[in-house]
Amino acid sequence: MTLFGYRLPGMSSLIVWGLLWEIVGQSGLTFFVPPLSEVVATLFGVIGTSAFQKALAETAYAFIAGVFFAIVIGIPVGILMGKNRLLDEMLLPWVNVFLSAPLTALVPVLMVLFGFGMKSIIITTTLFGIWIIILNSRAGVKQINRSLLEMAHSFGASPMDAFFKIYFWAALPEILGGVRIGVIRAVKGVIIGQLLISIVGFGALFELYSANFLMAHFWAVLIVLFALAFSISEFLAYLERRVSYYAAKR
Amino acid sequence: MAMSQIKQVVDNTLPESAVSTRNISKNYGDVEALKNLSLEFPRGQLTSLLGPSGCGKTTLLKIIAGLLEPTSGTVEVNGQTVKGPGPDRAFVFQDFALLPWATVLRNVAFGLEMRGVAKSEREAIAEKYIKEVGLAGFEQSYPHELSGGMRQRVGLARALSVDAEVLLMDEPFSAVDEQTRRKFQEDLLSLVQHENKTFIFVTHSIEEAVYVSDQIAILLPRPSRVHEIIRPSNFRSKGVDNIRRDPEYLDIVDEIWASLRTYVE
Repeated sequence: MTLFGYRLPGMSSLIVWGLLWEIVGQSGLTFFVPPLSEVVATLFGVIGTSAFQKALAETAYAFIAGVFFAIVIGIPVGILMGKNRLLDEMLLPWVNVFLSAPLTALVPVLMVLFGFGMKSIIITTTLFGIWIIILNSRAGVKQINRSLLEMAHSFGASPMDAFFKIYFWAALPEILGGVRIGVIRAVKGVIIGQLLISIVGFGALFELYSANFLMAHFWAVLIVLFALAFSISEFLAYLERRVSYYAAKR
Repeated sequence: MAMSQIKQVVDNTLPESAVSTRNISKNYGDVEALKNLSLEFPRGQLTSLLGPSGCGKTTLLKIIAGLLEPTSGTVEVNGQTVKGPGPDRAFVFQDFALLPWATVLRNVAFGLEMRGVAKSEREAIAEKYIKEVGLAGFEQSYPHELSGGMRQRVGLARALSVDAEVLLMDEPFSAVDEQTRRKFQEDLLSLVQHENKTFIFVTHSIEEAVYVSDQIAILLPRPSRVHEIIRPSNFRSKGVDNIRRDPEYLDIVDEIWASLRTYVE
């Protein structure tokens, strides 16, 4: 966008929203919204504290482990579903059910099954992210050009060769799209897990700050969380653009 | 008299077959795609499979490749019964079938990669064939950066680089423009002459079949069968520039059209 002949850098609109936030905060309309300047000052104060770093470490651990399992299980299952008709018939209804189900309602069941610890939080994170990864990997495999598979077969490709050198790469644009959405959902999963299962990590900070009406602290942590989720999503979008040169030409 | 008779016999003797199909039938449910089809493909020569669409020519080619299994009958390559794809055959695809995420070099080397040839060795071989098909300088390009004709040259280089005895070509020039196709046809003639390989070539173009073939098998549909085998005798030696105005070439084209006309709807 250009304004008075100047090209504005990306996300300039955030300045407008930031100003609006500051005005609302300064006006003292509600204790719920402290001025942005105060939130930012608190943010830098909070980041250095050991409570914050512990929360970040706990959340990052649960998140990374959860996403890891979602990807490592989700991609092969999706590819196999796309390849194998029988497996597809068996699993597809379940994948669709879990994709649209309110998974939060399942969390108490997980607590009964896996206890109140980190294990349940990781499983919750995985459950939030995995279904869209499966579904997208499957869709990626479904659209593979048949003659690529015939080509690999005619040159004597083993099933392993076909899997790693044809199926995976041909479905990669869809897989990355699925991983990006899955990771965003996993952020939801990890926070819900930390709020419902055991009060640790960022979930504990949210509880602590909102219970004590420390709104500036609350917003500061929220901004950190949003920024992290946004950065991860943008990084995956960047990877998607890296493979887009062939995505349209399969 | 006796001498000339012997000479006649020698002239008419076909070279031995590199590929033979014996009583091939292929059914899809109730539909008979191929019925009891037997054909010999002489070694070192180019045989075209020509016919109207639906005559099963691509099906036959894929059965020879080992990509499809016949309902009954056998395919023999050098006397060995075909059980699936093998290193003695290489396939050139109508839609090129290139890996869009891989460079020309990796695409050409793909067949060798599948055979477990070491990277430096297969890339050296691939580079040689990339030069041979006229794509030197494009080793690091991606398929989407090339024209249709260049992409099929990549497909051809990939098939040549595995050094199979039999080259199976499924309408390889149908997706490229007319001028590129003519150049391809001339290149193919010199390829047949210089490489000691057996070519099996599927096409729906009568002129193309007569132009490039040592032997043309006319296939007719419903149920698919071999209608006629034509072996043009003398115009190929007259040079690529004279083939298209040779009386025999023109006669064969007309004759084939006369027998196919009623099957084209």
